[in-house]
Amino acid sequence: MGSAAVALGARLLCNSAARISVRGAATAAPEKPAKTEKTSFGNLKDTDRIFTNLYGRHDYRLKGSMARGDWYKTKEIILKGSEWILGELRTSGLRGRGGAGFPSGMKWGFMNKPFDGRPKYLVVNADEGEPGTCKDREIMRHDPHKVATLLTSRWELAPPTSTFVESSTMRRVFFKKLSMKLIRRDSSEKDCLGTGYNFDVFVHRGAGAYICGEETALIESMEGKQGKPRLKPPFPADIGLFGCPTTVTNVETVAVAPTICRRGGEWFASFGRERNRGTKLFCISGQVNNPCTVEEEMSVPLKDLIERHCGGVIGGWDNLLAIIPGGSSVPLLPKSVCDTVLMDFDALVAAQSGLGTAAVIVMNKQSDVVKCIARLSLFYKHESCGQCTPCREGCNWLNKMMWRFVDGKAKPSEIDMMWELSKQIEGHTICALGDAAAWPVQGLIRHFRPELERRMAEFHKSVLAEKSSEPKQVAGSLGPAIPCMAALFINRVDMNCILPLGFFLLIGAYVVMIHALVTINREDVWNQTSAFDLNFTLLDELAFDNIRQLVFVHSNATVSP
Amino acid sequence: MHRVGGQVARAAARATQQQRTMAAAAPAAPKKVEVFIDGKKLLCDPGMTILQACLLVGVEIPRFCYHDRLSIAGNCRMCLVEVEKSIKPVASCAMPVMNGMKVKTDSDFVKKAREGVMEFLLTNHPLDCPICDQGGECDLQDQAMTHGSDRGRLQSRYDGKRAVEDKNIGPLVKTVMTRCIQCTRCVRFANEVADFPDFGTTGRGSDMQIGTYVEKFFASELSGNIIDICPVGALTNKQYAFTARPWETRKTESVDVMDAAGSNIVLTHRTGELLRVIPKINDDINEEWIGDQSRFAIDALKVQRLLTPFVRGADGQLKPASWEEALFTVAAKMRETPAELKAAVVGGLTDVETMVALKDLFNRFNSENVMTEEEYPETSGGADLRSNYTFNDTISAVESSDALLLVGTNPRFEAPTINARIRKTFLYSDIQIGVIGAQTNLTYEYDYLGSTSKAIDDLLAGKGDFAKTLSNAKNPMIIVGAEALQGEGGAAVLAKLQQLSTKLSKDKNSKVLNVLQRWAGMTGALDIGYKAGTASLRKKPIKFLYLVGADEGKISRSNLDPQAFVVYQGHHGEKGAELADVILPGAAYTEKEGTYVNTEGRSQRGYPAVSPPGEARTDWKIVRAVSEVAGKTLPYNEIKELRARMSEIAPHLVRYRDFEPSSFSKQALELAQTGSSSEKELVPKQRDLPDYYQTNVISRNSQLMAATKRAALDARENPYMEPAVTQAAARA
Repeated sequence: MGSAAVALGARLLCNSAARISVRGAATAAPEKPAKTEKTSFGNLKDTDRIFTNLYGRHDYRLKGSMARGDWYKTKEIILKGSEWILGELRTSGLRGRGGAGFPSGMKWGFMNKPFDGRPKYLVVNADEGEPGTCKDREIMRHDPHKVATLLTSRWELAPPTSTFVESSTMRRVFFKKLSMKLIRRDSSEKDCLGTGYNFDVFVHRGAGAYICGEETALIESMEGKQGKPRLKPPFPADIGLFGCPTTVTNVETVAVAPTICRRGGEWFASFGRERNRGTKLFCISGQVNNPCTVEEEMSVPLKDLIERHCGGVIGGWDNLLAIIPGGSSVPLLPKSVCDTVLMDFDALVAAQSGLGTAAVIVMNKQSDVVKCIARLSLFYKHESCGQCTPCREGCNWLNKMMWRFVDGKAKPSEIDMMWELSKQIEGHTICALGDAAAWPVQGLIRHFRPELERRMAEFHKSVLAEKSSEPKQVAGSLGPAIPCMAALFINRVDMNCILPLGFFLLIGAYVVMIHALVTINREDVWNQTSAFDLNFTLLDELAFDNIRQLVFVHSNATVSP
Repeated sequence: MHRVGGQVARAAARATQQQRTMAAAAPAAPKKVEVFIDGKKLLCDPGMTILQACLLVGVEIPRFCYHDRLSIAGNCRMCLVEVEKSIKPVASCAMPVMNGMKVKTDSDFVKKAREGVMEFLLTNHPLDCPICDQGGECDLQDQAMTHGSDRGRLQSRYDGKRAVEDKNIGPLVKTVMTRCIQCTRCVRFANEVADFPDFGTTGRGSDMQIGTYVEKFFASELSGNIIDICPVGALTNKQYAFTARPWETRKTESVDVMDAAGSNIVLTHRTGELLRVIPKINDDINEEWIGDQSRFAIDALKVQRLLTPFVRGADGQLKPASWEEALFTVAAKMRETPAELKAAVVGGLTDVETMVALKDLFNRFNSENVMTEEEYPETSGGADLRSNYTFNDTISAVESSDALLLVGTNPRFEAPTINARIRKTFLYSDIQIGVIGAQTNLTYEYDYLGSTSKAIDDLLAGKGDFAKTLSNAKNPMIIVGAEALQGEGGAAVLAKLQQLSTKLSKDKNSKVLNVLQRWAGMTGALDIGYKAGTASLRKKPIKFLYLVGADEGKISRSNLDPQAFVVYQGHHGEKGAELADVILPGAAYTEKEGTYVNTEGRSQRGYPAVSPPGEARTDWKIVRAVSEVAGKTLPYNEIKELRARMSEIAPHLVRYRDFEPSSFSKQALELAQTGSSSEKELVPKQRDLPDYYQTNVISRNSQLMAATKRAALDARENPYMEPAVTQAAARA
């Protein structure tokens, strides 16, 4: 068939390309001395930027983007063949930009299998749901042709019947218009740029669930099912969208690939540290003077990134409290780590965090870090798909505990318990949402345990202080309850013997309890919840423990919750 | 109603569902994979999951969501195991074994993982075990004991527990959704086995709920099975609610008689009271399911029962009488009636023992006039050759068949468990199904070929696409409903199908033609030489008629001599008893030991769970007593001796559980007379779900079945209305 012929042609071209060593781009990479690793990173030159219209200052349409170099020699790249393209990607060391950082060359290589009758799908994952992340939408808004170019060049890996599917929650209508226009230009003749390749593009709208950014959940949702991650294996490369081999790739990964092919994998690999190559979009939000999305070299020091591009932390670097370096799902880093850490996969893993989507969330000392993490727990509780037990139940539990921690309304031992719980969630689920829910909490406990303990101590102190300021009232209201509580205790011990009596006294106890609550609330000394809680604490512990403690409580009006 | 579809997805299904390996799909020579489980070396088939491999060496992995006969969800995470070189624990129910894999199922790592999952499951599970009907047979309870922590850490005082509104899914299944652990077994059952796709999950995360979104009746004939597969007390048996604890009850394994499949069941009873019916696994017949009639109709065994003998007095009224009086009356009449004016008719629920005794008794009186109430063609070899009336290829052969023709049957309601197997085959293989009869929802897609026997002629002539499909098929099967063969032209239909099946039969092992009987006792009756149908009864004015459980109203007084004396022996006072001059109270299937031959011709033994109520007695013993009083004592005092007699008549009757292949299909073909090629309507009577619930004397007397039928009718009338009426009905 036609495709076979073209593939043959491509192979010939590929050979000749290797012999003459022609670079397909006008801006060739600067000569680099072999194997000398850089030691300082950052301050990316404008000539090395891939996303040249990130801020939408220029024309995003075809004409404008062609003026910026998009589509340049795309046909030639396609004709070089899939092996060449994959080779360049491998050389470039590109790692997936969606968060997990899987080497893209390897991932795309999984698709390079003989045609078995099934179409192959490329799913460009634009379901950018990670809080703090805002890079894909900038690409789609302002540089859509970056994505589109790859589609054509990438497409060559797949047989002509293939379909391209795109999923997005943001700017999708806008992007859809663009991409359709573009595809019409290219494939209306059923021949992409005269290369003989053809493919379809579908823009698929997601309904906005965070979990649908997970690759298999995305596939499920595109198949019209509930967005719940699939079990792996089988992996999407074997059985993906509609049962066909599928690659799911982040928008940014897709968008940088054409430039890598054009300027060469070596060029891309000249940025960043070993295993962390290339340039990357960083989205900095939170308490910085100038929140922005910026393209920087990988391995740029976090401090440099913030100082150079964001006008620094509000209140100065010394006012920094913590930074979440890679989107809401990675553990936060305290200032001491932020001072020196490099922004790349390995350095952040070494710092017990992760690069994730490179969405840097900055918190200064004016922010309530516990509340911030509690808010993230709420997010994950809300976004858990409910499939796996640890995530479904764990996220809910963590969320409830986190909000108590905000007020300090917990025992210090619960911090360890929460740590254990987060470890019980992490790694025990089908997808990584469980991990994502666990990590922020773990980060908080790891670095802000004293803060948590301080809040708890403060809370209890305040409760007790208020209690001792009104000892008479409390004692008065609890006074009549004491015999009843004793009865409660007896009742539990020897229920069968004195059941009628116990029952009678039980009712008495509840009446008194309600009386106590009403009294306290009317006094408006404590806030309602703490009064309620304290009373319950008292009642429960009294009932379970012994009468001596009861007396103690009565006389001193103190209790350790 | 979607097939897993396409080569690809089927390959995936195969990979993940190896337990369903069908003969056709099984690889020729699978290379074994070497796995180490807790250090034990094991060779197993590739594609097997770790959980299944563990079972081979006797290591039971705890699980909630995993179920042998459902697709793998892998969401409960209880089955986590440690696999060497994997940092994370692995869900053993979903992970296929790989060569050299080293699995640890008992390490501290695994124990911790399980304990963690168990803690999470229990955080939102209510502590209502004392009032939960699942208590004692609850997977969560059991596994919490073995794998859980000894204390909970939930500060429920602060953090609370989830509560979920209960759903009304009809009069059969009680829901307490707060207890649900979201294992989705019921959802997968509803979608995969029962074809009730309305049942699913709504909401996300901890708000996820199981249900139909808009409350509605669980419109399936297999709905009761969700009770069994639910690992907790979220879905329980409404009928059995607050009745008993499993440790108080006794269990009797028996055979179901509600249809001719002969599903294996377990009767649960306590102090002489039958409490519930649950299925027993039998891969040859019902797998793990039973129909709702089989499960729920048992409430009828306590109502409208014949508790004492009755004799019609001089005033024409039936009056309670002693056994002695009843037996002597019957014996006297029997003796004085000439042989040719005597007849016996057995109903469809009768056990083989009773039928053998009755036939022997009539033979002693020189009468061969014993017949079944259910009709079956007598001409063209009809009931004479076994291959003409049995499900020759076995039920499990459906799974390896690649083309199936259903003639005049609705297996969904005539034998729900067989239909479940057809649906399973439809979902996981390329089987092509054609239907001649009614165009109804059979839970799978099919080519509709017409409603009359003309469609069979077309197939015989090779007309149409399906004729090609059939002739190209490797393992074609024809299932014909017994109903289609009844009445005018029934024999011709059978003959044509015989011709067709001979044409299609490629090898000697498969007969192609399979008859789906409607009654549990029918195949047995034909096996021991009962005449099929009551047509011969009408030829001569019968003066003495002995009915055993014949309640379908096929015979009326007008068929008989005006002075006819009718004896009715059975367990319910219904149509048969109305005719009777003497009523002999018999035992229902749960109250007697009895042999039933299912539609395949497989003989199975039922056991008594409870004793017959009141004065009622085991049926064959009643016949034996009549014979003694009538002076023609039958030579067996014990069931053993009776079974020896059965073995004389047909040895397969006592080769229990074995499938007895039938022969002489060639001779059957020779005897086949197509006769007049008049068109016969082949539309089965049971077409829609409401037609399912009350088909025999037991289920007709079941209030619960009546309520369910009402619910099904309501659901059909008004599919978007919440089933409020039906709930009230169920309460009543």
